[in-house]
Amino acid sequence: MEIEQIEILEFLKRHSPFQELPADQIQQVALSIDIGYFKAGSDILRFNEPLHALHLVRSGAVETFRRNGDLYNRLSEGGIFAEQGLLRGGKVRFPATALEDTLIYFIPDNVFQQLFDENEFFADYVQVGDSERRKTSKASSQARADLLGATVGTLLSREPVSIGSDANVWQAAQLMTEQSVSSLLILDKEQHLTGIITDKDIRARLVAPGLKSETPVTDIMSANPVTIEQQQYIFEAMMLMLRHNLHHLPVVKQQKAVGVIAISDIIRFESQNSLYVVSRIFRKQTIAELQLLVPDVHACFVRMVNEDANSQMIGSAMAAIGRSFKQRLLELAEAQLGPPPVPYCFLALGSMARDEQLVLTDQDNALVLDNRYDPAEHDSYFEKLARFVSDGLAACGYTYCTGKVMATNKEWRQPLKVWQQYFQSWIEQPTAERLLQSSIFFDIDGVWGQTQWAEQLQRLVSNLARKKTLFLASMARNALNRTPPLGFFKDFVMEQDGKQNNSLNIKRRGTAPFVDLIRVHALAIGSTESNSYSRLQDITAAEIMPKGRAEDLRDAFEVIAMTRIRHQAAALRQGTEPDNNVLPEQLSEFERKHLKEAFQVLSNAQKFMKFHLKA
Amino acid sequence: MLYLGPNQQGDSTRAASSTDWQQYYQQQAAGAKHPLLQQFYGTGMVAAHTPISQVPLVAIDFETTGLSADNNGIVSIGLVPFNLHCIFSSKAQQWLLKPRFQLSDNSVTVHRITHSEVKSAPDLTAVLPELLPLLAGKVAVVHYRQIERDFLSASVKVRLGESILFPVIDTLELEARLYRTKPLSWWDKIRKRQQVSIRLDASRNRYNLPPYRPHHAVTDAIASAELLQAQICHRFSPDTPVSELWC
Repeated sequence: MEIEQIEILEFLKRHSPFQELPADQIQQVALSIDIGYFKAGSDILRFNEPLHALHLVRSGAVETFRRNGDLYNRLSEGGIFAEQGLLRGGKVRFPATALEDTLIYFIPDNVFQQLFDENEFFADYVQVGDSERRKTSKASSQARADLLGATVGTLLSREPVSIGSDANVWQAAQLMTEQSVSSLLILDKEQHLTGIITDKDIRARLVAPGLKSETPVTDIMSANPVTIEQQQYIFEAMMLMLRHNLHHLPVVKQQKAVGVIAISDIIRFESQNSLYVVSRIFRKQTIAELQLLVPDVHACFVRMVNEDANSQMIGSAMAAIGRSFKQRLLELAEAQLGPPPVPYCFLALGSMARDEQLVLTDQDNALVLDNRYDPAEHDSYFEKLARFVSDGLAACGYTYCTGKVMATNKEWRQPLKVWQQYFQSWIEQPTAERLLQSSIFFDIDGVWGQTQWAEQLQRLVSNLARKKTLFLASMARNALNRTPPLGFFKDFVMEQDGKQNNSLNIKRRGTAPFVDLIRVHALAIGSTESNSYSRLQDITAAEIMPKGRAEDLRDAFEVIAMTRIRHQAAALRQGTEPDNNVLPEQLSEFERKHLKEAFQVLSNAQKFMKFHLKA
Repeated sequence: MLYLGPNQQGDSTRAASSTDWQQYYQQQAAGAKHPLLQQFYGTGMVAAHTPISQVPLVAIDFETTGLSADNNGIVSIGLVPFNLHCIFSSKAQQWLLKPRFQLSDNSVTVHRITHSEVKSAPDLTAVLPELLPLLAGKVAVVHYRQIERDFLSASVKVRLGESILFPVIDTLELEARLYRTKPLSWWDKIRKRQQVSIRLDASRNRYNLPPYRPHHAVTDAIASAELLQAQICHRFSPDTPVSELWC
């Protein structure tokens, strides 16, 4: 009688690239499969052995290796391997070992070749989808040796070199020479970290001013240095160093210093060069020189995409670069215009404040001035300062804001007390129209000067907004103005009303409504975060959504954000102007499917918000 | 595999048999009267000292109308040839049979084979010429040997006038060697300690094999084959003589 392989068939129906096959083909695959069990630690494939089958992980976990022994991939249930070997001569290219007790389905070579020849999706998945699949399968595994997963601890190669806070600089320099280190930790009597000195500190703070070498180390050290925990990720260390423009970062474990990482450690570890770009920004002397860095910024963006960085890493690296441009421009402006007549804080708004900047971006900025600010006396200075920065940013690829949210606009160049009134009035007398223009002000970050004012404004917002139902409802209503499309087909976008479009503005229909939605929820729970992922963490912790929903949002947001990022990287690679218009036909079946699901999540979340905040 | 009901298995802790199956097959080949059985035994059997890695294996599973072979029949047979390296599920076979005994409603709910499906199915007699050559020369692998061995023996006796006997490796018995060596002590009973389950799904779980929907003959046969591969990997070796495993 006709045989049924119920379990095998059901399994294939749950996993790509099999579930996409037509019914008769998937049935044929199910009937062709043989099975093998491999105990944890045993070899599944050895290099160069003849290969007869595509391997599909039914249960357990498998690691594949390069010839030099480096881990190539880690696969779990549903993962396939040995496809490269089958496509290139029928010999094992990447040896495989069972990481756990593993059951493998063998799909015979002839069936695999037939699927590969006849089914375009299958062929794409097996070939092009390889790096994509590697990323997703890696993301679910625990121990990883790449930038995404490696912790700061893995960079530490030696015990930290330290000296007591009662030592003088001469002793410190001797110790540093003896140990050949470029930085030295300063510990107090309780062995707590109180400061750090570097080669540069000795040069700039001791030798240059002509101090004696008997000067106590505490006089020239950077006190209470920024530190990082041993188990934090390397990319977090990188972001911290970018943000504070540091070259050395002490690493601590339970408040005890366990080492120091230097920028060179990270560069050696990680070839991408956002750090180089930032350090070069600060060495440029004119706007024209800064402008020359734009190709490097783009190259850095493309490189991060190529290296499978996630949207959070790319967004924060690009924001760090943008912030550095602003900071350098302000330094140059002050050098040209002289010191400011009253203190000020230069604000970044929108994507830069959220650490979600990409290459195609407006400059959204504002100036908060000291309350002693007198327009008649001081405004010409700040007007010139704002103009200088704004023109400089435009020259460096950050186009003028079409909504005029820039410090060059007098309305957004005001003392702190006026800003406080702005926020109070937006929150306490809200109308949807007024808030439409001002939602960008709820993502703020101080980039220069009195940055504590930015934090003050953030706290004000978080205290005021939480309980204002009318305000939240208005914000929510605005956030619902832009909706995701219903879905994607091979070459058109299906709208909610059944209309079809050829292209999709992935920002307007995807990332922007997502950011809006997350912002409203964040305001509703009094979160002081700006980054969407950090806000989502607060939202998860506040338990305002059904369990698991916030995690779904995070994953869906990542899918949409990465689609946008890859689209822009592709344009840069081809030497064309990056934009936000994604053509469905440029996406793989795999991407279309995930994007469709992500839009569904967004659409459901919008419905939930409408109900939850009575928009 | 057949549904045993709660706690019905358990005391089959007999160690591997000392029967010389090679010799037995030679005797039977000479003594059997029915040509199907002459052929079956004539194919021969591996010697007792043969390493398990060299032994051709066949996992079988019967779905039956009930537990006892005396007044119940076989409803379906699933079979899959394999060895230590590969389970040839692509060569699996399955037959639906019309039992000579009534199909109880209870057994219908267990293996989901209905009266109407069975009505149009053939009698075992028609299937034996296909089935026996697939078993010939191979060591059968089952989970709980009483079912497959007793039912086949009884059914064949009714139909061919002679019974059939062959070596089996019982994956349940291999588990029982670990978990049924001594009965629960009174102290364990007082503490309401449960015996470790040696049912198919529970045993598979201990070797990190995935759960399957039970009572589908081919699936259960594959499940036993996978279990044996796992048991050999973890507890025996490819060089273990088959005599340590069969009975």
